[in-house]
Amino acid sequence: MLNSSLIRSQFPILSREVNGQPLVYLDHAASAQKPIAVIEAQREYLMHLHANVHRGVHSLSQQATDAFEKARETVRVHLNASCTEEIIWTAGATDAINLVAQSWGKTNIKSGDVIVVTRMEHHANIVPWQMLAEDKGARLEVVEIHENGELMEDDFQLKLKMKPKLVSFLHVSNTLGTINDVKRWTRESHAVGAKVLVDGCQSVPHMEVDVQAIGCDFYVFSGHKTYGPTGIGVLFGKKELLEAMPPWRGGGEMIDTVSFEKGTTYAGLPHKFEAGTPHISGAIGLGVALDWMRGVGLKAIGDHENTLGAQARHLLEKVDGIRFIGTSEKRTGVVSFLVDGVHPYDIGTLLDPMGIAVRTGHHCTQPLMDFYDVPGTVRASFGVYNTLQEVDALAAGVERAVRMLR
Amino acid sequence: MSDSIALLQQRQEEIVEEFAYFEDWMEKYEYLIDLGKELRPFDEEDRTDDNIIRGCQSRVWLAAKRTETGTLTFRADSDAIITRGLVALVIRALDNLSPAVVSGADLWFVQRIGLDTHLSPTRANGLLAMVQQMKHYGIAFQAR
Repeated sequence: MLNSSLIRSQFPILSREVNGQPLVYLDHAASAQKPIAVIEAQREYLMHLHANVHRGVHSLSQQATDAFEKARETVRVHLNASCTEEIIWTAGATDAINLVAQSWGKTNIKSGDVIVVTRMEHHANIVPWQMLAEDKGARLEVVEIHENGELMEDDFQLKLKMKPKLVSFLHVSNTLGTINDVKRWTRESHAVGAKVLVDGCQSVPHMEVDVQAIGCDFYVFSGHKTYGPTGIGVLFGKKELLEAMPPWRGGGEMIDTVSFEKGTTYAGLPHKFEAGTPHISGAIGLGVALDWMRGVGLKAIGDHENTLGAQARHLLEKVDGIRFIGTSEKRTGVVSFLVDGVHPYDIGTLLDPMGIAVRTGHHCTQPLMDFYDVPGTVRASFGVYNTLQEVDALAAGVERAVRMLR
Repeated sequence: MSDSIALLQQRQEEIVEEFAYFEDWMEKYEYLIDLGKELRPFDEEDRTDDNIIRGCQSRVWLAAKRTETGTLTFRADSDAIITRGLVALVIRALDNLSPAVVSGADLWFVQRIGLDTHLSPTRANGLLAMVQQMKHYGIAFQAR
């Protein structure tokens, strides 16, 4: 196990109370808390380094640009991308998927084309494709899942036979915790000529990710779920694809020359996709967050969370009428559950005065809730800073809540 | 009408008095859960899509009828028990009042008993939408 007290001491928010109780924060999958290194990096930037990037000849602008681009290099290394031109800053994972849908999609998807997603996608990896499909007269096909939360292989093969132009799926499910075999899925999707986007929001915070080993064309993740700031995210794209894609948003930063007479030419990668002043402090903070995670050790973080998840399931199993949603052998520490005869919203409401923060509801995966025919679930999700004592508090809290509600 | 206003005030004062006895949050919630369990059964014929008020997480059904004396009477239900308890309190305050009083009702008791966070627009329980719908019924029945 990790040295919990040492790690917890680096997260200022964990020392606060909620409703008069010590905060037990088990909503990591929605957003991670921030280590002091990230908070200080953003503060340092704003105190001593701020200027607009890529513009001024003055020293401050140069220094800000250096820090901003250094963070891009940190992300490149973290994902093992081959060059920094492949790393595009976005406002988040949602923004990154919309960029691909609006740029790559607008030029490559035509009427009658097929786009494939899975039943377990987050709305952010559904709605942009629905919008694109509607716009282009294309078709969105959904790969179904088994009761345990794993993809239905036969159905996947069936959907690949439709010769999709794009297959888009998540690496790890935010609701189920299922870890998908993204490497094989990418290979098989490529074999039928499809491009592949992988949503890495729930993988990057918990495990080593190597985009070259996966072989995918696009990989997206958000900063705030991986101990970094909100408002910053990353799109990885293969260089040759990004080069061929038209810009999505126009404005400053993304141009080469602008002329009313001769028209406008665009900047090269990665700036072509970064119109306007970027979230500079966010990018710098994200770079520091990823460095911080490496300092702790990615494997150690994942192992720690898996231990907490396993213990949570072990304790919660004793609750009469509990039903876990997401029971694949290959999953992260996230624990989604329901209790017979009790609404998840009521459990969450009663955990709150105990200081325990869990997520209740559909977790932005309504098609998945339809599949399980449930109104929502209670979800406890763990980060590097959570402890076995907090898991005990969760289990005791759920037992107490259920006793009150029945 | 003035009788109705006085009744609304009186009911709210009673609720505030009841809640004054509770020492902590858990006691309040236990009471709400009891109220939720005791809420008058909802007519299944009223459980229609027209009567559903969608919150993000808990669903609320609301039906309104006019009584022979011209007042408004409400029946409501929710799939979440704590929401049902809150629904029961709101109905207790607003049931059998004149449409005009319902449409303009100020439910100050909610804040006084410390449950205003449950009626905030950011709370995903459908309750605020239910209160607004009750007021809309008040307006609609006045016009008839």
